[in-house]
Amino acid sequence: MATHATHAGAHDAHDHHMPGFFARWFLSTNHKDIGTLYLLFAFCAGMIGAFLSFGIRMEMEQPGLQYFSNPATYNVFVTGHGLIMVFFMVMPALIGGFGNWFVPLMIGAPDMAFPRMNNISFWLTVAGFCSLLCSLFVEGAPGASGAGTGWTVYPPLSTAGHPGPAVDFAIFALHLSGAGSILGAINFITTILNMRAPGMTLHKMPLFAWAELVTAFLLLLSLPVLAGAITMLLTDRNFGTTFFDPAGGGDPILYQHLFWFFGHPEVYIMILPAFGIVSHIIATFSRKPVFGYLAMAYAMVAIGVVGFVVWAHHMYTVGLSLQTQSYFVFATMVIAVPTGVKIFSWIATMWGGSIRFTAAMHWAVGFIFLFTVGGVTGVVLANSAVDKYLHDTYYVVAHFHYVLSLGAVFVIFAGVYYWFPKMTGRIIPEWAGKLHFWLAFIGANILFFPMHFLGLAGMPRRYADYPEAFAGWHKVSTYGGHIFGLGMFVFVIGVVLAFRSKERAADNPWGEGATTLEWTLSSPPPFHQFETLPRIIDEPGVH
Amino acid sequence: MTALSPGPSPRPPTTRGAARTAVICAGVAFGMVGLAYASVPLYNAFCKATGYDGTPRQGPALSVAAAHSNDSMVVHFDTNVAPGLPWKFAPEANQVEAKLGETKTVFFRVKNASDKPTTGVATFNVQPGLMGGYFVKVACFCFNEQTLQPGETIDVPVVFYVDPAVRDDSNTAHLSEMTLSYTYFASKNGQPVTASVANTAPSGTKRDF
Repeated sequence: MATHATHAGAHDAHDHHMPGFFARWFLSTNHKDIGTLYLLFAFCAGMIGAFLSFGIRMEMEQPGLQYFSNPATYNVFVTGHGLIMVFFMVMPALIGGFGNWFVPLMIGAPDMAFPRMNNISFWLTVAGFCSLLCSLFVEGAPGASGAGTGWTVYPPLSTAGHPGPAVDFAIFALHLSGAGSILGAINFITTILNMRAPGMTLHKMPLFAWAELVTAFLLLLSLPVLAGAITMLLTDRNFGTTFFDPAGGGDPILYQHLFWFFGHPEVYIMILPAFGIVSHIIATFSRKPVFGYLAMAYAMVAIGVVGFVVWAHHMYTVGLSLQTQSYFVFATMVIAVPTGVKIFSWIATMWGGSIRFTAAMHWAVGFIFLFTVGGVTGVVLANSAVDKYLHDTYYVVAHFHYVLSLGAVFVIFAGVYYWFPKMTGRIIPEWAGKLHFWLAFIGANILFFPMHFLGLAGMPRRYADYPEAFAGWHKVSTYGGHIFGLGMFVFVIGVVLAFRSKERAADNPWGEGATTLEWTLSSPPPFHQFETLPRIIDEPGVH
Repeated sequence: MTALSPGPSPRPPTTRGAARTAVICAGVAFGMVGLAYASVPLYNAFCKATGYDGTPRQGPALSVAAAHSNDSMVVHFDTNVAPGLPWKFAPEANQVEAKLGETKTVFFRVKNASDKPTTGVATFNVQPGLMGGYFVKVACFCFNEQTLQPGETIDVPVVFYVDPAVRDDSNTAHLSEMTLSYTYFASKNGQPVTASVANTAPSGTKRDF
């Protein structure tokens, strides 16, 4: 990556009036404050999503119904967990949070291109979350409150199966957060394309900024399709249209196509920013520039492009012809190539490097291992013949939790441990980060690995009850969940200790491996930075 | 390596470029919403053209010369009435054996079991879905809405043939049986339509495929 700039930015803060509490946090137009808001929001939403998953795991610990008198309520927990974690935890944290904080810093921009729109994006996301919480408390399926449709909201379950208004609230939640994300994506694209510091060409831009750029394009192209699909669902439910209702000539399968045309790019939306963060952490703590910078950048572009033409691998069981299935199997497997390039390059970056196993590095290396496991099961599932057996089983649950819960979430924590000193000027004790990592790593593997066995044995998703035969691994899995949850307490303790300690972080606490522009600023950075634009000058060998 | 830009340099003139980028992006977003909606007629047209997802084709009967072979296909019939429509609905035979290319006519009996005039519309589908491209309807009651008076019973025909090309497709070459399924739904419009209008005029809505 291109490097180094001015320390002049550090003095800008004194020239500016700092707004009062309400104006600063509620009317914020400052990219760092909005990033902080996003991160805090993601944490709160994540806690609620985690509470829901705790309910799921408690119920699944034994066969029979223990905690849920009505299985429909169990489905509401599953649905709420999925929607919250995808739209209100991972996306706000990786895109709104780290993206807002570090894209302008890394490309040497004073702020985002449209600061006020940035504020709107955030509050739309919060409003969407409120709508989703409302949906939990109004009637959905007959006799139960909340939307129990799964995060995919397939009709006819979401239309004929949920007469109550809960699904309308959930759809409205997706509309609001979707609008927020589209505005955010426009903001990122405009910022990155127009506001890079002089000398910072696209091919010198840090990989995290590349990741956010590709992610923003995916959001821009896929989210409007989801918005269209769920609007059709809304009018089918309330205004008598029959887009997905065979009674009027519609086809529910069309919804699946539209949903997954959004849904598959969505999984890359969640993981590409994580790829960017991991690249920086690995490079920093190996004290080497990332291996194969251009290949890394264009691998993300390739993943983004191919991600748009593989959606039907989520729908192998709807009766696609053999040729169609063959195409989607092939196209899906092609994605393993750029992904392999990335895994290889991270390992090659570490190879021969002067590695320091800080807390952030633990999480990043843990991510590479776990994401690879999830990627391998993804290639297994890409085979349509195998998928027909595993479709909608716990094998699929295990697969996407390995790439998301253990992939994206591990990188969110890696990012927190990596950038916490920069964002707050405080230092989380290394032991807390490492203890948190080991609890999370062991806990998550005990939690999710047995789900592979359950899926292979035929345990279906989204059922509150199951035969005795599955009881053993479900119990083990629940224990893993408890260990993972314990790790969250260690994380909170670490953050509390950081704020109680008098120790302050240096401008660049990680030393010479940390080469991106944010480390040239003070910790925390001034309220406004780069009033005087840094000039990026090519340094041979630093890429 | 490091360089400081000397003094307070003016910001680059990004405002116009930024506005242009944002407008283009917003256009793309709206375009994608439009495409999502455009996908509905496109998907219908695609299903009709290819028989995708079990959508039977429509077309004129084959000429007698084109109908050939002793090869045949057993076509089963499946009839359903959706809740909310007080009708009885059954085929005259549960199955027929159709030579490939041979035009067949099958009658279905529909009865309004209630004491009110009601309007229904049938949707149809074939299984296996891959047969959709080779099952050709020449005429069908299901293309239109149907209004039945209290207690009225009518016999309605379906005229179809199985395209001999079914044997040239490796997906379907081995099949010897298929099912044609109908479901009658209460008409969503709720407007009783006179029988003559219903039987002749294509209503121009999308259920009219």
